Amino acid sequence: MMNNEEIEIKVLLNAIQLKYGYDFTQYADASLTRRIHKSLSDSGYKRISEMIPPLLYDKDFFNSFLNNLTVNVTEMYRDPPFFRSIREKVVPYLKTFPFIKVWSVGIATGEEVYSLAIMLKEEGLYDKALIYATDFNDTVLEIAQKGIYPAQSIKTSTRNYQKSGGKHSFATYYHADYDSVIFDRALKKNIVFANHNLATDGVFGEMNLILCRNVLIYFNRALQDRVLKLFHDSLRTNGFLCLGSRESIDFSTVAPAFVPVKKRLRIFQKKKGQIKELSDES
Amino acid sequence: MKVDFSAVVVGVSAGGFQALHTLLPMLPKAFPAPVIVVQHRMAGEDDYFVESLNSKSLVTVKEAEEKEEIRPGTAYIAPGGYHLLIEKDHTFSLSVDEPVCYARPSIDVLFETAARVYGSHLVGIILTGANNDGSNGIKTIKQGNGLTIAQDPETAEVNLMPQSAIATHCVDFILPLEDIPSFLTNLVEDNHGNF
Ligand SMILES: C[S@@+](CC[C@H](N)C(=O)[O-])C[C@H]1O[C@@H](n2cnc3c(N)ncnc32)[C@H](O)[C@@H]1O
Repeated sequence: MMNNEEIEIKVLLNAIQLKYGYDFTQYADASLTRRIHKSLSDSGYKRISEMIPPLLYDKDFFNSFLNNLTVNVTEMYRDPPFFRSIREKVVPYLKTFPFIKVWSVGIATGEEVYSLAIMLKEEGLYDKALIYATDFNDTVLEIAQKGIYPAQSIKTSTRNYQKSGGKHSFATYYHADYDSVIFDRALKKNIVFANHNLATDGVFGEMNLILCRNVLIYFNRALQDRVLKLFHDSLRTNGFLCLGSRESIDFSTVAPAFVPVKKRLRIFQKKKGQIKELSDES
Repeated sequence: MKVDFSAVVVGVSAGGFQALHTLLPMLPKAFPAPVIVVQHRMAGEDDYFVESLNSKSLVTVKEAEEKEEIRPGTAYIAPGGYHLLIEKDHTFSLSVDEPVCYARPSIDVLFETAARVYGSHLVGIILTGANNDGSNGIKTIKQGNGLTIAQDPETAEVNLMPQSAIATHCVDFILPLEDIPSFLTNLVEDNHGNF
């Protein structure tokens, strides 16, 4: 039997899906429930179900609800050793191609994409790269596209950049105002920002590298598996898949198609020949 | 006293290395509940801490993994840089939501999600620390009729965190650190007979 709160959450999520198309029904419960309670206490309503009418009739209310639900916390070069490892293990592979495609998934406010763009530039790969940068939340995509961040963040960003194996002075990549920093426009030249929902949308073909970090932790196993299949189908053979430092593919039906390159840092390479076997199984 | 509990959650901050090295090695191998620990720490400073605790304890000590099934006789430590949450199906999940009380992992987040799942079958413990994380969590556990314990601030390396928990008036027992393991095992023996 579901308790009242569970019923209210279920009805609320259905209402959002019917009205706006966002499907949260396969998200991990505990975090989703916590976020919904946060919106509830911010809103001043007493019951979760009381938020349904404003969600349906008040677009601003919905937008702030959505921004709270989709956790957009990020930073530049999150896990510096990960980015260092990309330089060491993945960049040499990328250098063997005349043209490369990279997909950065669930970019939140975009710090991850600029981190990547700077790294590709330093490695001489930027001019032959096309970077797809996607998220399903338009509010954060807009911020990402602007590339303007609060000045307080730059200290951590700089430290992380240096730890990640950065080769220059980080300050050459942005212009600082007194309260904000704006990243060099040239870094955006080969980035395509787009809305893409992992729960409902399809593949991006022929990628050499996919980064999807700290997004899968919010999903249940079924949705995680769907998304990992999507990544498998979007990658070229020998292409690389990178997950967040506590995410795994071991449980997934596509696990046999990947070999860990740096297991601890969640860097995997798609191998040839396994695809057929896999589709036979399923 | 009778409390039939299914899980123990522990929150600890400054001074935690020592405190956990006292607490966990005193638990019997077959401790019949999981012990789930948030120790404040940064992303990346993980391995040695968990390995050291594991080598000195009878219960298995490991880092909690995303979607892992929660088992008795095991102490789980939250990974640095992530909040640790409990799902209704008794598995873990992780999140990178903003820090709570400057901390990620946060004790409040663990305690609040654990209270939702285990209700009155939960024991929550606050140990040494220089922070007030965990105080809200203690309130939530009490509201769900769980049992709450704070380390006696006199015996804590840093007394702020247990003091702040006690100030909520939601703490049932104030105990010296060394007495907590036997207190827990007695609770269980009352319910399950000897084990
Ligand atoms: C915590 S952020 C991760 C940011 C960055 N990748 C990092 O590791 O720092 C998670 C992001 O995933 C996005 N997200 C959540 N569900 C999604 C979905 N179904 N499709 C696409 N993006 C999603 C959220 O909007 C949010 O921006």
